[in-house]
Amino acid sequence: MSVYTAPIATADPQVPVVEAVGVHKRYGHNDVLRDVDLIVERGEVVCLIGPSGSGKTTLLRTLNHLETIEGGIIRINGRLIGYRQERDRLYELSQREVCRRRERIGMVFQHFNLFPHMTALENIIEGPVGVRRTPRRKAVERAHQLLARVGLADKAEAYPAQLSGGQQQRVAIARALAMEPELMLFDEPTSALDPELVGEVLAVMRDLADSGMTMVVVTHEMGFAQQVADRVVFMSDGTIVETGPPSQIIGNPIHQRTREFIQAVL
Amino acid sequence: MSNPEAIHEAPLAPQGAGGAPGPADPPRVERVDYTIIRRKAPWPWVLAAAVTAVAIAFLYGLATNPALNWGVTGEFLFSPPVMSGLWVTIQLSILSMLLGVIIGLIIALWRMSTNRVLQTIATVYITVFRSVPVLVQLLIWGNIGLIIRNVTLGIPFTDIAFFSIPTNQIVAPFTAAVLGLALAESAYIAEIIRGGIISVPTGQIEAASALGMTRARTTRRIVLPQALRVIIPPLGNQFVTLIKATSLVSVIAGGDLLTQVINISATSYRVIEMLAVAVFWYLILVSAASIGQYFLERRLGRGVKR
Repeated sequence: MSVYTAPIATADPQVPVVEAVGVHKRYGHNDVLRDVDLIVERGEVVCLIGPSGSGKTTLLRTLNHLETIEGGIIRINGRLIGYRQERDRLYELSQREVCRRRERIGMVFQHFNLFPHMTALENIIEGPVGVRRTPRRKAVERAHQLLARVGLADKAEAYPAQLSGGQQQRVAIARALAMEPELMLFDEPTSALDPELVGEVLAVMRDLADSGMTMVVVTHEMGFAQQVADRVVFMSDGTIVETGPPSQIIGNPIHQRTREFIQAVL
Repeated sequence: MSNPEAIHEAPLAPQGAGGAPGPADPPRVERVDYTIIRRKAPWPWVLAAAVTAVAIAFLYGLATNPALNWGVTGEFLFSPPVMSGLWVTIQLSILSMLLGVIIGLIIALWRMSTNRVLQTIATVYITVFRSVPVLVQLLIWGNIGLIIRNVTLGIPFTDIAFFSIPTNQIVAPFTAAVLGLALAESAYIAEIIRGGIISVPTGQIEAASALGMTRARTTRRIVLPQALRVIIPPLGNQFVTLIKATSLVSVIAGGDLLTQVINISATSYRVIEMLAVAVFWYLILVSAASIGQYFLERRLGRGVKR
């Protein structure tokens, strides 16, 4: 059995993992997301693609409330993220409650964001021990399993500065998985890597997708999207232009805008 | 070297036309081993000799000056009043620093808080305590008993008092000295800590948030440990400045090293000799602090490639 296996028992399989409806995000007078809808079913892998500034990273970050939104609602596993609903009003949650709702959403960043003053192992157990109150011994044991799974069994005591970019990103994935997430968000996980290190990270992500993890991936790796994604979402200017299976979006896009983008990147 | 262009041609076009060298041939370049002569700073020995001569002349002048009696310096170097003054200086430095760091940390966090009231309090605090000279503050705290006669714990604007003590009983010169130094210090330390916190990349805070860590926990576990590396060097500087600033306490008869030294010189009329005693001990204290700082920085450097 895979160590990735998500704790599915807690959630109703009928409810989509991500349910974002009419999401609107503004920076000053600049609308970065306009009326975006995104549904992600359990076990689905969705890749967000699009030119820079199209809002794909912002959309990803709204899903765990790293960005607040000005309109629309976002439910993760059927629960509002960042707000509590009472009749027709949304009350902002206290930051402690926001944190609790984030626990089951793993996030992997473009620049890894490992904690540089902690070893790989300490990075991984920080969440379980500090937030989840998992007994340390158990967390360490599981961290070793996760490290082995991402191919870094011998790097437990290494500090991030002693690891390559690809290794750091794999530790970052292990760190997110240690919280037993029901949803994994990836924000351009290979964009900051040297070309020869991209493959090792994508391999771990592919493995994760195969184990049934629900994933939303912002990426420029068309090959990965083509092979792993169940659905590809093409965004431009803060809206979703086109969505569909990779064969359609990458192989045979309908919209002119999508076609131009695909031609430019392939 | 009949064909100088071979240097360029050999690797680029190994299979070029008409008798050019084949891929297996070594490039036809003559090898010569040259000796490299490094440039040196001009006349190092002359400069060293000149500096040494000046230093010796200065020290000789001091040692043989008939107006100076170095026996006095030696006599008082370890005398009980100097030792007690030294002990007070050490206590003042450490206590004021500890208190300054604690208050400074709180003020720094308030300054960066999203709460406008706390922000304002912190800004005003920093402005006030950075603006008032330490000497003036020490004089104010030393004389606080003049305006506030009693320290009372009770309910404001009523006559109910749980207890009341004359101010002069609790704000002795030592307390006044610690207060004055710590408050002045805390304003600077707050800014140093704030600078350290700002230097931690936002990605670190986002990563902590994404793990479900609360803001308090993120500050404690992620931000402060990383900020510390940036904070420690200027904080060490600040401590050294503080050690020396304790000498200001002599204006309120704080009983520190300088107070004692001045007291002795007032009766013995050996001013420079006694100040030399103070200089000796300040040198020792500051050197000890610098060594401590070195080891602290080395320990905090964990996980960072140098």
